[in-house]
Amino acid sequence: MNLVLAKTETGRALNDIFDVARDRLPGGGKVADARRQAFEVYERAGLPHRRIEDWKYTDLRALMREVLPPAATPDAATVKRAGSALKPHAIAGARRLVLVDGVFAPQLSDTGDFEQGLSVRTLREVLEAGDAALQAQLLSPASSDPMVALNSAMMTDGLVIEVADGTALKQPLHIVHIATAAHPVAMFTRSLLKLGKSAGATLVESYIGADGVKTYQVHDSLLLTVDDGARLDHVRLVEDGREAFNICAAVVTLGAHAHYNIFGMTSGGNLSRYHAVIAVAGEHSRVETSGVNLLNGRQHADTTLFLDHAVPNGTSREVFRAVVDDRGHSVFQGRIIVRPQAQKTDARMMTRALLLSDDAEADNKPELEIFADDVVCGHGATTGALDESLLFYLRARGLSEKEAQALLIQAFVGEAIEQIASDDLRGLAMSAAERWLAARS
Amino acid sequence: MAAVQETVDRVRRIDVDQYRYGFETLIESDKAPKGLSEDTVRFISAKKNEPAWMLEWRLEAYRRWLTMTEPKWARVNYPKIDYQDLYYYAAPKAKKTVSSLDEIDPEILKTYEKLGIPLREVEVLEGVVRPEGEEGSGQRKIAVDAVFDSVSVATTFQKELKKAGVIFMPISEAIREHPELVKKYLGSVVPTSDNYFATLNSAVFSDGSFVYVPPGVRCPMELSTYFRINERNTGQFERTLIIADKGAYVSYLEGCTAPQRDENQLHAAVVELVTLDDAEIKYSTVQNWYPGNSEGVGGIYNFVTKRGDCRGNNSKISWTQVETGSAITWKYPSCILRGDNSRGEFYSVAISNGHQQVDSGTKMIHLGKNTTSRIISKGIAAGVSQNTYRGLVTAHRKATGARNFTACDSLLIGDKCGAHTVPYVEAKNSSALFEHEATTSKISEDVLFYCVQRGLTQEEAVGLVVNGFVKDVLQQLPMEFAVEAQKLISISLEGSVG
Repeated sequence: MNLVLAKTETGRALNDIFDVARDRLPGGGKVADARRQAFEVYERAGLPHRRIEDWKYTDLRALMREVLPPAATPDAATVKRAGSALKPHAIAGARRLVLVDGVFAPQLSDTGDFEQGLSVRTLREVLEAGDAALQAQLLSPASSDPMVALNSAMMTDGLVIEVADGTALKQPLHIVHIATAAHPVAMFTRSLLKLGKSAGATLVESYIGADGVKTYQVHDSLLLTVDDGARLDHVRLVEDGREAFNICAAVVTLGAHAHYNIFGMTSGGNLSRYHAVIAVAGEHSRVETSGVNLLNGRQHADTTLFLDHAVPNGTSREVFRAVVDDRGHSVFQGRIIVRPQAQKTDARMMTRALLLSDDAEADNKPELEIFADDVVCGHGATTGALDESLLFYLRARGLSEKEAQALLIQAFVGEAIEQIASDDLRGLAMSAAERWLAARS
Repeated sequence: MAAVQETVDRVRRIDVDQYRYGFETLIESDKAPKGLSEDTVRFISAKKNEPAWMLEWRLEAYRRWLTMTEPKWARVNYPKIDYQDLYYYAAPKAKKTVSSLDEIDPEILKTYEKLGIPLREVEVLEGVVRPEGEEGSGQRKIAVDAVFDSVSVATTFQKELKKAGVIFMPISEAIREHPELVKKYLGSVVPTSDNYFATLNSAVFSDGSFVYVPPGVRCPMELSTYFRINERNTGQFERTLIIADKGAYVSYLEGCTAPQRDENQLHAAVVELVTLDDAEIKYSTVQNWYPGNSEGVGGIYNFVTKRGDCRGNNSKISWTQVETGSAITWKYPSCILRGDNSRGEFYSVAISNGHQQVDSGTKMIHLGKNTTSRIISKGIAAGVSQNTYRGLVTAHRKATGARNFTACDSLLIGDKCGAHTVPYVEAKNSSALFEHEATTSKISEDVLFYCVQRGLTQEEAVGLVVNGFVKDVLQQLPMEFAVEAQKLISISLEGSVG
């Protein structure tokens, strides 16, 4: 491809932005070099488009068009606005860590009384002064995905959380990403959570926009390492403003006898993409992923999971549900790879989509790539409308059309929400789903 | 584990080298110069005595092909093909026109004898020819239009078909004798610009079958063609066009075997099916091209574009395939469900052994209202082969009431092979109801143990399981083919099928 021709106006603008911003971005030396290399990778590829298989159904060139300039560091007034937006999303008993416009806001966060074995630092701190090993880990995600490369180049802040061996955190960690910007900007964040051997933690991530916020872009990436015998319960709730773009990537690595349970719900945003790569690198580990997309208007949500079974005796379960109304578009791409040595793998994936309007669209691409013979792998995918006879049954018992629909939808998404192990988190997800249903009727 | 190990060992012992149909017929053949250019296209067209419009059609495809690049998305690996190092046309030298089988080169007839195609026998396979009206007795008649290299050398049953009004002839003849039908339908399902290999085929196709079944006619016999690649370095580019007019029905059977070769041979066929209102086409394939030796050397590259267009309301197209051969299979028989209430079916058994690579599947494109489709795919991978199912099911915005059921199951024999499933399920209509399921596993130890406990040997037990695994598909084949398919499965996977 001709690079000169491929570069658009906005591509040039971004280049200028990087040139200006790079001196202010945290980290020098090796970090700065890595940033420059990553930016070059992004520049060569540009925004992903439908001819790139992983992005087949989410053409960022058509849907997002450009990368916005990075947001300014929030001032006191901005933080105050963010604080008021935070209230309805607060989780009782959780340790709250807030990023306002992509920058850690200590004023809104719980920074005292750390439990024994818990360490929380900001990405900025670690990139500027942290140890080399941690920096290398933060820069480890492969930049084969241009959006991850862009994130590597531009990341401004985030959280670096470490849980020591044998420590089971009592308090859930709640990372909140709030956007407040009055004019179109982008946020670039990256966080890392390291669970030591036999450690345990609960992580909740929320993506929200402050009142009156317009177009913004969230570019986030998350690195999780779950060491031998550790357990992580993870919930992500994407409830961004209706004009937001949320492009997230996660890289999860599991040790032996580890357990990872994740649930993701997308009900906000204009376009959201969650691309998770989960590597089962230790034997006898278990991964449970589940998710729900609740879409209406012209929302577009894409969940792309890549589950990599590299060692024997792994178990994985994926349960995914999508409810699509109006002109919404839900995408689920799930790929399970079982490498030659990963005998006795047990991997299952089930994805179902419910279409509520004639203009709604659901695309499912469940893939299996099996290189080992002694395995049990399966996937299923269904797409359809609400069952007329069930609706009739409920109507006959005096429920209104909307009530009947709401009940059936709740049961439908409930199947995914039930996969969440913790009672409190399940309640949290259920109430988020109920908020969406209530707004619908 | 023991049972599987035994199976693996036996497969290895038997080896894919023992390709039963690996022999070469020595007859003179008339070749186009090596390489591909406009002159080659003109040469082929001239050889076929084609009218000017056909040559123009070919040239347009050729020019288009020059601008295209070879697709790379399939999960197959092969050395780069040098398209200038191939012969694009080879025909057995015609002595004179033949009116009966006796006048055909005895060498050719011997080839068919080895293949077990009883051309010289009575004009039926398995059974006796009964006078018309005794169709229900179970024995059916089969017409054989044998393609030897690139030219159809013998056509039987012409007369009987003529009586029913069915046109069944080599496509090169159809171009001359029925230009209006060919002009109307050729390239209307697979356009010349469709894909790299289809475009290549459009430019250089040598021959193939043409079938037209007039309105309301139920074709009185199964139509079958046996393809054979014989001349060294000759790509075989068949072009098949089958049209079932309103209310017509035809069942077409295609089977392939090819002699053993060290050099890879390119095969890029195009098959187009058209059904008008209330019509039905049943297309069955048993594919057994040479898969290469145990080192993965040689073997056929099979890049096929097969597509059916349910153009009329209430029409139906059914694909059944048993794929056991070829070094590389790249094949996606598809259905465009355009007419309201139309139905598409795809039944497939794909077996890969040795170094074979299979990337096959189907596309069901729902455009009309209340269209239904069904996909049953069974993949069996052994040796160091890779077996991929790649399928698309899509419902257009206006495809109200579209329904699809897909089941693709894979069986792995041995720990060096791979089985992959890549389905695309796209729904743009809320009343569309799509169901897809896929499983991958090896033969259950419990099941084997159960069988062995009841007195079967390990081999018999594995055979029982594999037979049961593919039964759903094999029972879709016409009787004569089902027998042949079972034989082929045992040849390809000897050791697993007792």
